[in-house]
Amino acid sequence: MQQEPEIAAAVAVGSRRKGRRKPEFLPGESRRIGYLYVAPAFIIYAAFNLFQLGQGVNISFYEWDGLTPGTWVGLANYREFFTEPAIRETYIHVLELMVFYALAPIAIGLSLAVMLSRIRIRGLTFFRMLLFLPMVITDIVTAVAWTWIYATGGGVAGHPEGPLATVLKALGLGRLVPADGWLGNFHTALPAVGVFGMWGGFGFSLILFLAGIMKIPSSLYEAARVDGANVWHELRAVTLPGLRYELQVVLVLSVIGTLGTFDEIYVLTQGGPGTETSVPAWQIWSRLFNTGQVGSAAALGLIMMVIVFAVTYALNRLMERGASD
Amino acid sequence: MNTAASRTQIAFNYFLLVLVSIVAIYPLVGILLASFYPPGPASAPTGFELPPTFEWHNYVTAWTQGHFSAYCTTSLIVAVVMVPASVVLSILGGYAFATMRFRGANVIFYLFILGLIIPTEATIVPLYEDMKALGLLDTYWVLIILEVSGEVSFGIYWMRAAFMSAPRSLLEAARIDGASSWRTLWRIMVPFAKPAILTLSVLTFADSWNEFFLALVFTVNRYTAPMGLTSFASKYQLQIALTSAGAVIVALPIVIVFIIFQRDFIRGMLTGAVKG
Repeated sequence: MQQEPEIAAAVAVGSRRKGRRKPEFLPGESRRIGYLYVAPAFIIYAAFNLFQLGQGVNISFYEWDGLTPGTWVGLANYREFFTEPAIRETYIHVLELMVFYALAPIAIGLSLAVMLSRIRIRGLTFFRMLLFLPMVITDIVTAVAWTWIYATGGGVAGHPEGPLATVLKALGLGRLVPADGWLGNFHTALPAVGVFGMWGGFGFSLILFLAGIMKIPSSLYEAARVDGANVWHELRAVTLPGLRYELQVVLVLSVIGTLGTFDEIYVLTQGGPGTETSVPAWQIWSRLFNTGQVGSAAALGLIMMVIVFAVTYALNRLMERGASD
Repeated sequence: MNTAASRTQIAFNYFLLVLVSIVAIYPLVGILLASFYPPGPASAPTGFELPPTFEWHNYVTAWTQGHFSAYCTTSLIVAVVMVPASVVLSILGGYAFATMRFRGANVIFYLFILGLIIPTEATIVPLYEDMKALGLLDTYWVLIILEVSGEVSFGIYWMRAAFMSAPRSLLEAARIDGASSWRTLWRIMVPFAKPAILTLSVLTFADSWNEFFLALVFTVNRYTAPMGLTSFASKYQLQIALTSAGAVIVALPIVIVFIIFQRDFIRGMLTGAVKG
C-alpha cells in the first residue's frame, strides 16, 4: 500500500513536508485560463463555506435568538468560553474521550500489529475488510447497533436487555450492570461512548500499522538482534521510528475526529445524562436549535475551528520534531 | 522476519486475528441477526444465536411503514446530482492546479485544503441563516449545494495529485498536436486518470449517502437515510427488530460498494476524511 502522497491531505496543515513538489506545468496557452477551471469549484466553496466564516465572526459579537433583532455584546460570547462551566466541560469530556478514541486504538493497534507482523498472514485482504467495516459503515448505523448492545431494559417489563447485560448476568456479574443502563448512568455514559469510539477506530490503526511494519526492512530488525536488543529496544529503536508517519496520521485523524464528535452523541446519549456527555459540537447544535443562543453558537463554532487548527499544527510539529531527534 | 516463526506462533497469530475480527464485526452481525427477529418489544435478540424464525417481512415493514423507502430515495436523489457535480468541479480545479501556473494558485489551493479541516460547526450558524434567507431550507438543493461545497476540497486535492502523476510526455504530445487545454483535459488527462476519478466518485457517493448532520440541521421532511434511521430509532425504541432492519437497509449500499471497491475505498479513507 502506497498512500503517503494521499495521506498528506489530512496532515498537511502545519506540516513542513507539504508543497515540496512543484506541479509540472503545461507549457503554452495563456495561464489565465487556470482561473476559469478553478472558478466553478471555488465559487461554490467560497459562497457556502469561506463566506460564512466572515458572517460567523459578525454573528458571534451579538446576543441573538435567531428571530428578534440581536444586541451587540462585543466579546461576551467568547468570554463565556472561559467562564461558563457548561462550555468548559465539553472540552474536558472531549479530552476524556481522546483516551478512548485516540490513545487506546493506537496502543491496541500497535501491539497487535507488532505481534501479527511476525508471520506472513494468508487472507490478509479478507481480515482487512472485516477490520475496516466499523469505519466504513456510518456512525449512525454503528451507534444504533451499540444502543442495542448497551441496552439494559432498566428492569421494565417488555424492555429487552442487550447482549452486554445478558453476558454479565450469565457470568454472575449482574451487579456490574447499572440499573439506569450504561448510557444513562452518570459514571458510565462517557466511557460507554468512548468504548464505542475505540471499537470504531482500532481496526484502522491496526491495518495502517501492520502495513507500515511490513515496509520496515528486516535487516534493521536483524541488526538490532545482533546488538542484543530485547523486544522493548526493538520497538523503540526500529518499529516506532519506522512507523513515524503512520503514527502521525492516526494521531492527527483521531484527535481531530474526537474534537468533532457529534453523530454518536446524538444517537447514543443526546449529551446526557444531564450534560455528562456534552461535547463542543453538541453544545453548538443545542445552542442553535434548543436554547436559541445563536450568537454564542457562532462564537463556539469559531473557537472550535481555532482549536482544531492549533491542535493539527501542534501535533504535526511535535511528530516531525520527534522524527528529527 | 518469517524465518523463526514457530507453529505455535502462527496458530496464536491467526487466533488473535480471528478474535479481533470477531470484535470488529460482532455488533454488525448482531444487528443483522436482530433484523430477522419477530417484531415487537417482546423479542430480545442476543446476537449469539440465530433468530427463532427469519422474519423477512421486517424489511418490507421498515421499507414501507417505516418510510425507509422515502429516506433512501432522498439520499439517492441527492447523490445522483451531487456526485457528478462535485467530481466534475474537482476534475476542472485539480487539472488547473496540476498543470497551470497562474497568480495566486498556491493561495487558492491552500484555501481549498483549509476546507478539509474547517469543522462544519464553524460555519453552520451563518449557513442556517443564509439558507433560510434563500428559501432553501428543507429542499434537496440545500443538501446538494452544501455537500458539493464540502466535498470539492478533498476532490481537488485528490484530482491534482492524480493529474500530477501523469507522465510529462502525455502533455508534451498534446501540445505538439496543438490541442487546447480543454481538449487535452478530456481527451488525454481524464482517460489517464480514470481510476482516480472512479475512486473519488465512490468515496463521494459514500459521503453523500451517509450525510447526517446537514440533514439534521437543514431538513424536516427530506431526511437522508441515516437521518431517517435516527428518527425511526428514537420513535420506536422498543422495535429493535424493525430498527435493525432499517439500519441494515441504510448500511447495505455502502457495504456493497465497499466490498466491490475495497482497495480504492481504503486508500481514500487513509487520505483523511477528517470532517464528520
